[in-house]
Amino acid sequence: MSFAIIMTGFVALYIFMLAGFAGWVIIGNVPAILHTPLMSGSNFVHGIVVVGGLYALFNAVTTQEQAIGFFAVLLGAGNAAGGYAVTDRMLAMFKTSHAKPAHHRASVHPIKKG
Amino acid sequence: MLVLVSQIVIGAADLAAAFLFLFGLKRMSSPATAPSGIRVAGLGMVAAVLASFFYLASVNPAAQPHVLVNLGLALVALVIGGVGAWFVGRTVAMTAMPQMVAIYNGMGGGAAGSIAAVELFGVHTQGVTQLVVTLLGGLIGAISLSGSVIAWAKLDGVLKAPLRVQGQQYVNAAVFLVAIAAAGVVVASVLGVGGLVLTTPQWIWVFFTCALVFGVLMTLPIGGADMPVVISIYNAFTGLAVGLEGFVLQNPALMIAGMVVGAAGLLLTVIMAKAMNRSISNVLFTNFGTVAKGKTGAIKGTERPTEASDAAIKMRYAAKVIIVPGYGLAAAHAQGKLYEFVKLLLAAKVSVKFAIHPVAGRMPGQMDVLLAEAGVPYDMIFQLDDINDDFASADVALVIGANDVVNPAARSDKSSPIYGMPILNADKAGQVYVIKRGQGKGYSGIVNALFYAPNCNMVYGDAQAVLIQMIEAIRGLGAAAA
Repeated sequence: MSFAIIMTGFVALYIFMLAGFAGWVIIGNVPAILHTPLMSGSNFVHGIVVVGGLYALFNAVTTQEQAIGFFAVLLGAGNAAGGYAVTDRMLAMFKTSHAKPAHHRASVHPIKKG
Repeated sequence: MLVLVSQIVIGAADLAAAFLFLFGLKRMSSPATAPSGIRVAGLGMVAAVLASFFYLASVNPAAQPHVLVNLGLALVALVIGGVGAWFVGRTVAMTAMPQMVAIYNGMGGGAAGSIAAVELFGVHTQGVTQLVVTLLGGLIGAISLSGSVIAWAKLDGVLKAPLRVQGQQYVNAAVFLVAIAAAGVVVASVLGVGGLVLTTPQWIWVFFTCALVFGVLMTLPIGGADMPVVISIYNAFTGLAVGLEGFVLQNPALMIAGMVVGAAGLLLTVIMAKAMNRSISNVLFTNFGTVAKGKTGAIKGTERPTEASDAAIKMRYAAKVIIVPGYGLAAAHAQGKLYEFVKLLLAAKVSVKFAIHPVAGRMPGQMDVLLAEAGVPYDMIFQLDDINDDFASADVALVIGANDVVNPAARSDKSSPIYGMPILNADKAGQVYVIKRGQGKGYSGIVNALFYAPNCNMVYGDAQAVLIQMIEAIRGLGAAAA
């Protein structure tokens, strides 16, 4: 039995192509005013590398592998947690002058794309 | 059975994570929906990280005896890395955001590089394709790690000036070629041509060392004003490295997340380079500062200083004021005082808008974040294309710590190094005030023709100190009238 996902070269390339295209289109729609949170947000997204670090560390055999795996998880966790913390903080600061009471957020006007 | 269940759990969680990342980033297309976007993406991350503990059900036989130790190490690393970075991220000053983004970038690249190292030292890769992809991801990840650390050091002020050495390009090329050669030897050893001079693990060390050194060498000569491009490039690099290691580990969530970030970083890099009218290779491989030297003195006239209070009163009685913030605003931490001043103008029925150049500051969008932190509503903030025609009808343009992005030489002077770069037309306003720390050139070493224009006056001083004087001047007016 195996539920393993056997990824051949071409399936991988299809995933890369579609993901790259989706990323380009989605990011292209982000207004310039949000470019810093976008960057820290996409920073946070590549923090998913911590999952790969965990996999590598769990399968480590030698002390050397354990040490490097530990380093990978440490950095990946820092990347994900830190990226989230700063992005969330920044996005909470963006306010519009139309929405004076906080619960009337739904009525804000969409801003022009930059 | 447990193995099957664990694989389904991991697969489902990763699929959910990939969807939530894309959905979250999609919600970033407006400031109103963006906060929910990052939370959605955060949910995906938590799911993927929790599910990855199911990997323990199917560790390879050789690692079985170490499973408890490895689990302990993983938990310690998660807690130290996660809590530490969370705390720093929650408390760091908004003006320090560029260096924070740089360092998180480096951490991601380092993690991807480390995964490659574990796979290489443990000889876990199967086949040449997987090995080559591992090496490629490791190379890019390691460059991103050391390069980002240097970028962080520059942005944080640990490293002061760009370091440039004669013939550095050749050294860089040599180091890079050694890294590639070492990677070639590692591949060859798998194909049966082992033991070339060094053992394979030693070649792996050579490979990573050269990649790390190359990242340092590549970033050292790059100056502060080019940082928006550099940060964007390393963002793309780290994304790419994560995507490639995702392929090695057969994990589509890593592949998708990495590639999306890679595309995002590339797009931002292109936008930034375009906003400077320079190619990406030009930013990376030429020394901007040295190019600009010797191009001075073409402009006649003098800079005319004026008092902060005079400028403030002129703006108080203007109908329309446009403010152009630059890195000097961030350096002086003056965003709060600026909005305090703007609120006084608004109270006096002056129309105030902010004009943001794409490369103002040290990273894309840095000015927008600082203004948002100060409380400026985002409907007062306009980007270059949306506001440039407004300057002609503005009574006053107030330039705060910005230089090259308002230099009219970019429009008219073909000999200027920044000729062709899109600029904010601050010079077209009836009156221009420039708040600047002192006389002299900006980072790029280019004389700014705007400062000598007949409609321009300079207000010398630290942006925060000047704005405090301006606020007092207007408050003084109000008191006199009352």
